[in-house]
Amino acid sequence: MKHLRSIAEIGPDAVVRLLDLTDHMAEINRRNNPRVPALRGKTICNLFFEDSTRTRLSFETAAKRLSADVMTFTVGTSSVNKGESLRDTIETVAAMGVDAFVIRHPASGVPWQVSRWTTASIINGGDGWHAHPTQALLDAYTVRQALGRTGGLDGVRIAVVGDIKHSRVARSDVEVFQALGADVTLVAPATLLPPVAPAPATDRLDDVIDKIDVLYLLRMQRERMHEALVPSLREYSTRFALTPERARRLPDHALVMHPGPMNRGVEMMVDPAELPGAVIAQQVTNGVAVRMAVLFDLLAGAGSAPDLTAEERP
Amino acid sequence: MTEMKRVLGPDDVRRATTRMAHEILERNGGLDGLVLLGVQQGGVWLAQRLGDEIARIERPVPVGSIDASMFRDDIGLRPVVPVGRSEIPVSLDAATVVLVDDVLYTGRTVRAALDAVAEYGRPRAVQLAVLVDRGHRELPIRPDFVGKNLPTSATEEVTASADGVDIAGGDGGWEATA
Repeated sequence: MKHLRSIAEIGPDAVVRLLDLTDHMAEINRRNNPRVPALRGKTICNLFFEDSTRTRLSFETAAKRLSADVMTFTVGTSSVNKGESLRDTIETVAAMGVDAFVIRHPASGVPWQVSRWTTASIINGGDGWHAHPTQALLDAYTVRQALGRTGGLDGVRIAVVGDIKHSRVARSDVEVFQALGADVTLVAPATLLPPVAPAPATDRLDDVIDKIDVLYLLRMQRERMHEALVPSLREYSTRFALTPERARRLPDHALVMHPGPMNRGVEMMVDPAELPGAVIAQQVTNGVAVRMAVLFDLLAGAGSAPDLTAEERP
Repeated sequence: MTEMKRVLGPDDVRRATTRMAHEILERNGGLDGLVLLGVQQGGVWLAQRLGDEIARIERPVPVGSIDASMFRDDIGLRPVVPVGRSEIPVSLDAATVVLVDDVLYTGRTVRAALDAVAEYGRPRAVQLAVLVDRGHRELPIRPDFVGKNLPTSATEEVTASADGVDIAGGDGGWEATA
């Protein structure tokens, strides 16, 4: 496994391996001095062609805790504004000696394109509507941790609610939850579902809310309003938001998750601080540990030598 | 399939660990500030076993584990797959830490474990207990407590558990760095 571009591409065994490695990294993060020399001498370049706070900072923190050197490239202050092509940008940065690129780009498929231009490892930090594999891994890790599971998520009932069609988080999360054996239901208006839904779908949140272990709310992207895919945000909230009434119908043990940034008053109509099952802050915390696991696995761990069999590994 | 040669049986392992437990107590003049840390992964059972023996002889001591994989000097030369986590039961500041491992070979794992221990505090002293010392040191590291000195060739592989110690021999393949 040289790259992490999508969950589908790496398969369930690698997912479980990365989640186990995340346990390890979480222990490092609990120390007074959460830093280890594991990736000394490695250089990681963050290339962000789209706005991001948590993903970019989370990758930067992860790289620093493993003692790697980090370069962060944001498109606003770069030669991309002078008309430099993506390929020239990649080749220029790669010539400085980079072991891994973390790439976020508004166009789907860019991580695959870029991996043809460089020998470095590519980590997808979000491409268009397509994939966001590290978000999926941190969500799977958070569910596993909060429900006290080891290994997979067999039989865990997860409802993913919101704009499934335009969400790379939804796509990658459904892939990872299903790869781990969870039972996923999509909840969305028909206009916000992809033509071929990856899981059973309904447009009635009230039918499923009391029969789930995890409620995963997606961010309602306000720009979708211009496309008239939902009549109004208020209409959307009435049918798909977590309201106080729906929160009371959630099973006591159920988790409430959100990838952020949250639209209070749109998909989230209760204060998550008052929800006992809300694990939104843990998602962010776990994001650092998951990204440490991904960087370590690709650059120094099992992923750095795919040919070794289990017996040969130390 | 390479040939396995039994070096110690389960009774030998039991007698060796009992003796090592007595030596640890004798050397340290008691139990004050003593902590046993098994080096992940092979040293964990042995630290537990030594802890049980010490509890039987005098009273229980804290037993934990230390993972050294992130501090290895061969990261990048071969894939490193961390297998167990560090579990540090008490503060290591001013403690006497006994690092415990099953097989001492090049000494590189112990060096990494010393760095890992330093992340948790500043022990008064660090000692090293191993069930088998097989030689071939590449660093200036010497055990304080040894179950058995076992001359080996670099191509042999030594496995140690509570059930016994075996040598598998000499096909010149992957070298254990335990």
